[in-house]
Amino acid sequence: MSALIEIKNVTAGYGSKTVLEDISLQINEGDFMGVIGPNGGGKTTLLKLILGIVKPAAGYVNYNETLIDRRNIGYLPQISQVDNAFPLIVKDIVLSGLMMHKKPYGRMERADKERAEKIIHELGLQGYEKATLSELSGGQVQRVFLGRALVGNPRILLLDEPDNFVDTTFENEFYIKLRELNSRMAILMASHDVGTISSYVKSFACVNRKLHYHPSPEITNEQLSAYDCPIQLVTHGRVPHTVLEKHD
Amino acid sequence: MTDMENTVFQYDFILKGLLGCLFASITAGIAGTYIVSRRLVFLSGGITHASFGGIGIGYYAGFNPVAGAAVFGILSALGIEYLAIRQKLREDSAIGILWALGMATGIIFIFLTPGYAPNLMSFLFGSILTVTPADLISLGILSVVLVTYFSVFYRTILYISFDENYARTYSSSVNIFKYFTTALMALTIVLNIRMAGVVLVLSLLTIPPNIAMLFTRNYASIMRLSVLWAFAGSLLGYVMAWFAGIPAGAAIIFTLVVIWIVARIITSIIIKIKKRVKNEL
Repeated sequence: MSALIEIKNVTAGYGSKTVLEDISLQINEGDFMGVIGPNGGGKTTLLKLILGIVKPAAGYVNYNETLIDRRNIGYLPQISQVDNAFPLIVKDIVLSGLMMHKKPYGRMERADKERAEKIIHELGLQGYEKATLSELSGGQVQRVFLGRALVGNPRILLLDEPDNFVDTTFENEFYIKLRELNSRMAILMASHDVGTISSYVKSFACVNRKLHYHPSPEITNEQLSAYDCPIQLVTHGRVPHTVLEKHD
Repeated sequence: MTDMENTVFQYDFILKGLLGCLFASITAGIAGTYIVSRRLVFLSGGITHASFGGIGIGYYAGFNPVAGAAVFGILSALGIEYLAIRQKLREDSAIGILWALGMATGIIFIFLTPGYAPNLMSFLFGSILTVTPADLISLGILSVVLVTYFSVFYRTILYISFDENYARTYSSSVNIFKYFTTALMALTIVLNIRMAGVVLVLSLLTIPPNIAMLFTRNYASIMRLSVLWAFAGSLLGYVMAWFAGIPAGAAIIFTLVVIWIVARIITSIIIKIKKRVKNEL
């Protein structure tokens, strides 16, 4: 597995406020990494660092240029700030995921539109191409934004707390979809629900100002506290303390 | 008045009205769609009234009041955008203060100006009769600039207004586009004050997109329909004003509101009929 991105001894934040301190992390092809940690611990900042919106104050972020550049990153932000009543149709929202490949005066070609339509179908949103977000359910809205992240065919997919607004009927489908996507791209998923995602991810990054990498999906409360990652480990089923990999 | 003078006067009146309505519709339709979809109506009200300060100072100091209004309008718009980007502002309070400050400044300076300010009423309520060739030319240029800007950078402007934070992930010029678009909005408001007046200009921008949104949800179509509805409404209002001898600005806004009400009733009846047909099937 070759490294796509290497983060080395990076300190970063906003203005004089340091959020991440001296962190190092390597993202490889095929990774499916859960990014966990308390609120305000720096999960979103880590994703923005990888995207290049937050610049390192110290250290460096290195993109393996033969495999990836910043434009090959798909991003699903926390979308609470978006106005659902904005007069923009689903197809145009998905198309906005191609803007990193365009000049500011760029036009969408026929091939771009076909790509968007394909993604819309793949995500089960056919028939809603001309709808605005206000006509969709929460889960459908999320799929539209996932479509925006995927339409550029990224090498890395960054998801910022997607479990926040998934409807329960779509949740399972959503994670199955992610597993399928993982065969084509590396995935980093910020989440506070370690229990749910541990059956899908392959590794964890615990972020609380510092970053600790945990190379397996099994993680215990003891390990979390050793990583200084104070989150409540939500356990599911009959497993009381440790979340183990699913056995078929 | 001789026949010839009368003809020239009428010709001038018709030409001014036609061009004025056309340019006002193009600028107000495009800017209005942007303002309504980004929910900047209150901010635009602030800009409008702040620019009245510039009109007052223009009168007092003896330069073109529209130029004064333009400077005030653009500066206050950029100031609010700057503070909002920096997130150092409770926006609604600041806009309220700016709104009042502009009106107060305008009134103080107009009172300090020796003699009577003949065009004061036209600035408050608009008057196509006082529109000068220079006003028409600047509105015409602004129309060309807006149409060009919005067609060339359509996707960029649209996506920044929809989801600014996402736009920042692929573009480093989000703020430049925001400032530039905001400045154009302020300029549109100020140049249309001659047509509809400080009190009414905001409706010229906001009613047409609201009529358009009854028929479509697609941004580009809303923009085109807004221009068309604004043109239809302003021409109709202008003709009405001519025959009834009432101020054109008020007649235009009144016509637009009536169109909006009628369109609303018609579209809601259509939706009800569609539902009933669907249920019966």
